Amino acid sequence: MPLADARAQVPDLAIVPHDPLLDQNWLDRLAQGCARYTPLVALDSPDGLILDITGCTHLFDGEAGLIDDIDRRLTRLGMTLRHALGPTADAARALARYQTRPAPDEATAIRRLPVTALELEAEAATALVRAGLKTIGDLAARPMANIAARFGADAATALRRLLGDAPSPLDPRITPPPIATERRFAEPVASMPHATQILTELVGEAIADLTERGKGGRHFRATFFRSDGLARSIAVETGHPTRDSSLVMRLFAERMDGLRDPLDPGFGFDMMRLAVPRLEALAATQLKLEGGEVRAAAMTELLDRLATRIGRGGVRKLAAVDTHIPEQAQLALPAIDAPPPTSWPAPEPGEPPLRPLYLFDPPQVIEVIAEVPDGPPHRFRWRRATHAIRRYEGPERIASEWWRRKDNTGLTRDYYRVEDNRGRRYWLFRHGLYDEKPDPRWYIHGLFA
Amino acid sequence: MRESSQPLAGLRQRIARLAATGGPESRPAEGWLATGHDAFDSALGGGLAVGRTHEFFAADALDGASAAAFAALVALRTPGKVPLLWLRTVDAGRRTGHIYAPGIAELGGDPGRLLLIETADPKMLLACANDAVRCAGSAAVIVESWGKFPLLDLTAGRRLTLGARDAGTTLLMLRLNAAPTPSVAETRWSIVAATSRELGADAPGAPAFDLELLRWRGGPAGTRWRLDWDKDEQAFRDAALSGAVLPLAARRTVHPLGAEAA
Repeated sequence: MPLADARAQVPDLAIVPHDPLLDQNWLDRLAQGCARYTPLVALDSPDGLILDITGCTHLFDGEAGLIDDIDRRLTRLGMTLRHALGPTADAARALARYQTRPAPDEATAIRRLPVTALELEAEAATALVRAGLKTIGDLAARPMANIAARFGADAATALRRLLGDAPSPLDPRITPPPIATERRFAEPVASMPHATQILTELVGEAIADLTERGKGGRHFRATFFRSDGLARSIAVETGHPTRDSSLVMRLFAERMDGLRDPLDPGFGFDMMRLAVPRLEALAATQLKLEGGEVRAAAMTELLDRLATRIGRGGVRKLAAVDTHIPEQAQLALPAIDAPPPTSWPAPEPGEPPLRPLYLFDPPQVIEVIAEVPDGPPHRFRWRRATHAIRRYEGPERIASEWWRRKDNTGLTRDYYRVEDNRGRRYWLFRHGLYDEKPDPRWYIHGLFA
Repeated sequence: MRESSQPLAGLRQRIARLAATGGPESRPAEGWLATGHDAFDSALGGGLAVGRTHEFFAADALDGASAAAFAALVALRTPGKVPLLWLRTVDAGRRTGHIYAPGIAELGGDPGRLLLIETADPKMLLACANDAVRCAGSAAVIVESWGKFPLLDLTAGRRLTLGARDAGTTLLMLRLNAAPTPSVAETRWSIVAATSRELGADAPGAPAFDLELLRWRGGPAGTRWRLDWDKDEQAFRDAALSGAVLPLAARRTVHPLGAEAA
């Protein structure tokens, strides 16, 4: 039904534009929540979740209890739910989406599904119905070779998956980390020094595993499970793969010292787990005779330590962006991600610097006395002080990137490099030409050396 | 008395030895960050000593960019790809502006060498600076602070200086909007922007600096320099004085021209 018709029928219709990204985010959040039932949750975009509940049902008093719990929680969130259990992921999915009639058991239910449950292309589906094959049961009664020959290999594969003859693998949202070690305690560990010592042992075990694989860890995550059910995770990252347990422990100590809400053992931890979610190849190396590597290694270690202390966004490297809008020409990226080196435009020989050392973002408004319409500024007032301009160069005209804007317009800036009578150099611009805007404002955008 | 005289004599000898060498502090510098200006470098014995603390004061906040540029250029002049650590607080971006990599590239430096460390508050800035100076392998460590910085007292300054000396890193303290105070720095400078060499059509030229050496541990202070930066040569040079500000000698000998003519 077109929107106009719907509006004609229901005048006060609430209309929300469809946002697939928001839907995806919401589904992802639901999937995170479903980790309470099983660690193996897969997304079935755009509107489905597949849970592998093998071995998890006893926690909820059986399948019925688990379904009740899901039902109750999701209904409370305002979701409408269709669910089904099946022997394989594909079968459960088809049952949830296409089952119309109740059936005494799962096998019969699958056989009673319409052939649309195979989700074949329109041509093959029509061909199936024309051949008089209406349900999966009809199709399953035929020899598989005939189905493949007549309706394509896809039809045969889909049917075998639905019947459980072929594996239907899941792509779980949470992947188990490649390396994880844990320690369970009969008696809860209530002192932090003891817990730290156990963490050291866990790190040692993980590093022995890394050494065997010839890998190094980039990301280490320790989870402390308190006996009252609270679990806290602490993660550290390194800029280069590492197998140095003392380095990892130093980073953990740094992180624990910097916690605003310190780690509190309470009545004690009854389990600790160390996971290494991110591995990278790290071959055994030999130090070079001429040295130099030790210093570079010390620098990476320093950056790791600082990033652990002040956050990964606190230690950054600058990268060039190919645009002529000054404030967008650089990106500050976390140094821990080791951004690739970018090339900067080489300056013109013989020219003074045309870009400032310090840039204000956003630019700051100033009051300027200038010739109208296109003249240079004569004096300007910034931060309650007046500066008389002695020398200037400009304008350097920088147009807006109108092709990136929705309305395809934008104001042109006229930049002036000016020097005041005390020798300070500033970068000023007029935002807009006089034929673009009646009274364009002036801004200071940067300070030259 | 007799049994204690021997340790006493030992101590006296040690003190005499320390006095003769001047202690660990007067150990010669391992190198210099040179400016490329011969007179300036030779006056300081080679440039800014490596492994020491150097302070750059910009008493007026508007001269901050000049002080920052001088410190950064001296460090980035060194050849190689060794990183330059620049520590500042997060609010510095609002006060003096964000460090702008295209501007550094325009000055002839390599912005890829810059590692920017931004901390939430001055306390964390000091803690991170202490770690940064203890790590060998940087061209220099620039610590940019704003205002009085009461946390940087003599003890904290001495701790930083000792760290820099042990690791052989050069610490450049950038003190914006601050008046010079006593400290343990090797050199202390006051930097003010100077009028640049005029280009054609009255355009401002290369960056120019007025430097005053306020204190130098190794020699007399009080010298003034006016330098400008030649980015093609990657060196500082004498700033040419424009005609309007050509200084006259304080005491001129007046030639008795009139007497000769007569």
